[in-house]
Amino acid sequence: MIAELGLAALWLATALAVLQLVGGILAVRGQGELASLVRPTAIAQGALAGLSFLLLIWLFLVTDLSVKLVAANSHSAKPWIFKLAGAWGNHEGSMLLWVTVMALAGALIALIERRLPEKTLLATLAGQAFVGIGFYAFILFSSNPFERLPTPALEGNGLNPLLQDIGLAFHPPTLYFGYVGLSVAFSFAVGALLTRQVTPDFARAMRPWVLGAWIFLTLGITAGSYWAYYELGWGGWWFWDPVENASLMPWLAATALLHSVSVLAARDALRTWTIMLGVIAFSMSMLGTFLVRSGVLTSVHAFAVDPERGSFILILLAIYIGGALTLFGLRASSISEGERFSVTSREGALVFNNVMLSAILGIVLLGTLYPLLTEAFDVRVSVGPPYFNPAGAIFTIPMLLVMAVGPLLRWRQDSFARIRLPLVLIAVIMLAALALVVILGAYSLLADLGLAIAIGIAIASFLPLRGRNLLRVPLATWGMVIAHFGIAVALFGMASESAFSEEKLAAVNIGESTQVGPWKVQLESVTPVAGPNWTALEGTLQASYDGGEPVELHPQARNFWAPPQETTESQLATRWNGQLYAVIGNEAGQGRWQLRLWWKPFVTFIWYGGLLIALGGLLSLVGRVMSDLKRRQVVRRRQLLEAEAVA
Amino acid sequence: MRQLFATLLALLSLAVPLAAQDSLPPAPYAYQQLDDPAQEARAQALMETLRCLKCQSQSIADSDAPMAGDMRHQVRTRIAAGEEPEAIRAWLVERYGDYVSYAPTVSETTWPLFAVPLLIVLVAMLLLWRRMGRRKEKAA
Repeated sequence: MIAELGLAALWLATALAVLQLVGGILAVRGQGELASLVRPTAIAQGALAGLSFLLLIWLFLVTDLSVKLVAANSHSAKPWIFKLAGAWGNHEGSMLLWVTVMALAGALIALIERRLPEKTLLATLAGQAFVGIGFYAFILFSSNPFERLPTPALEGNGLNPLLQDIGLAFHPPTLYFGYVGLSVAFSFAVGALLTRQVTPDFARAMRPWVLGAWIFLTLGITAGSYWAYYELGWGGWWFWDPVENASLMPWLAATALLHSVSVLAARDALRTWTIMLGVIAFSMSMLGTFLVRSGVLTSVHAFAVDPERGSFILILLAIYIGGALTLFGLRASSISEGERFSVTSREGALVFNNVMLSAILGIVLLGTLYPLLTEAFDVRVSVGPPYFNPAGAIFTIPMLLVMAVGPLLRWRQDSFARIRLPLVLIAVIMLAALALVVILGAYSLLADLGLAIAIGIAIASFLPLRGRNLLRVPLATWGMVIAHFGIAVALFGMASESAFSEEKLAAVNIGESTQVGPWKVQLESVTPVAGPNWTALEGTLQASYDGGEPVELHPQARNFWAPPQETTESQLATRWNGQLYAVIGNEAGQGRWQLRLWWKPFVTFIWYGGLLIALGGLLSLVGRVMSDLKRRQVVRRRQLLEAEAVA
Repeated sequence: MRQLFATLLALLSLAVPLAAQDSLPPAPYAYQQLDDPAQEARAQALMETLRCLKCQSQSIADSDAPMAGDMRHQVRTRIAAGEEPEAIRAWLVERYGDYVSYAPTVSETTWPLFAVPLLIVLVAMLLLWRRMGRRKEKAA
């Protein structure tokens, strides 16, 4: 019954999306019969999609094994939190989550957005419905999560043990919020193109969505990277895996869009560029979804054998991106470029970095898709870190240097002579840091440069605050400062991890100890332990840093039985200046055990940096929304006063 | 004494044929570092750029798969025997194809990987030059 109810709600939501689309299009064309219906329809559509998703969660929580999806992905013995996460830890459920978040976002716009001209808003909601319909159709026709089994299963298949981890349970929803936020930005861009209203007001309406999406993407990528780091058991934190790239590409586009939309809001410049980036950012989200969901990554040939879902997404991709680009091509010429500015200005620096971000995006896109392309012709190539790192660095390094300087420049027109002092300061710090690193031990070129630039940016990021009353600096400016500082922190972590990490692989007897960097690690015992759906061998290690008080670590080698799989559960000892990473492996003969140990100085800065970047975004978002609310209040009061004066 | 034992083991392992079956215990250098830190660093750098053929997007330096272990053993023993990293890569590419190496080289099939970034640099410069150049005229 519950499953049928969920399916019915989904069909109703689809129908409402169609109504929303038709009403919106008619309104744009000047026939306003259904215009008053569009907002309520969007709200009802959001509510129904939300209900449908809640019902799916319910089915997973009670482990209703007559539902195919539950039987295939859940297990009655699973902890409840993973039953919950199981609802979106699979293809069908995650697509339902996608469309639900999107419908809820549409409902929210319909509820609160009052700044835009009504026509642009209706066009935006129509765009939102148009994207939504494609995803509803995809779910209903090829990925129905509510499908019943002819006879209920006796027990479920379980969830991939690697995915039974609290970090990963909430990783996909975080990314999806980001993807969907970009779909809203896309709808705004389409709405503005349709009505030719690319104004600062449009930018202000779009900005919170872009910021929100960007915060979620930042958090999603940070969390995903940390998950890969501690779960895969080898201490790597970024693999340039296509799935990772699928989340990085929308982030790169969103970062460019975020800065571009700020220029449009503040200065009424970069109109076409902002719209273009809005289209690209959403295209990257769609592409990411396609890469991850179509099965094309495991093998192009597997995709060709069972192409139903993949082709469906590919067609959606073609319709939306192709459609938006066509619309853009038709309308772009009728939108003027907006205000002018000189090269040495804040806008100039932002344009430079937008071009750099787009170039990095191009490299990642190429490196991700190229192997798929050649595989289709039966030539298999691998593109990995040795390609992405240097090719990306060509654009990343100039971008970071400009990022250090850009915020110091004034809008519209400025000169380097005015900011000579801070410029020299930043340059001296970077060069001194570089010299120090090279004297210390000259690691790889990229690591050396990374350390030097990180230190330079860390200081440069605070320079925009100099000479200002800190209490009166707007929240959004604090957001920028903290986000840029976060970039420096993350970069420092990455460079430090690459330059200073130490590895120790050792086979040790019980009671024996081994050394990795400043850590002395002793194997105390190895004991069998059991969890709700696994058994494991657990090592007890005593690790002491530089002869200090020992810390006890319990890495495990786990055996899951539903489905059967072996995993290693690493254990970390975190200090302010880095992490000890410990893994226990197999028995190595003669009573010895394999230990894998790493000392990774400042590795945690990578994720602290990510969190700081997201925090900067959050501060900026709160600052913008608060000042918007204030402005709205002022406008309302003025209207009231005027009304009184007339009376 | 342990040092001697390790060296002996290293010498022995050179003579032992590559054990590829999953049921056999891992080859000695799958989970053991070389004694010379400089050699180990070179082996590590190479292993990080070789694909584990049985995993999804992991290098052989990041994998528990038995095959990755065997390949690590190969890399370490060959480095210890004084082979150049690029020679080892070439040997592996000959055995497993280009797919095994994460570092694409310019060839008939991979030239776009190198041409496109160059093109992007050109387009980026053109874009910036045009935008900025025009601004300057207007400003003047």
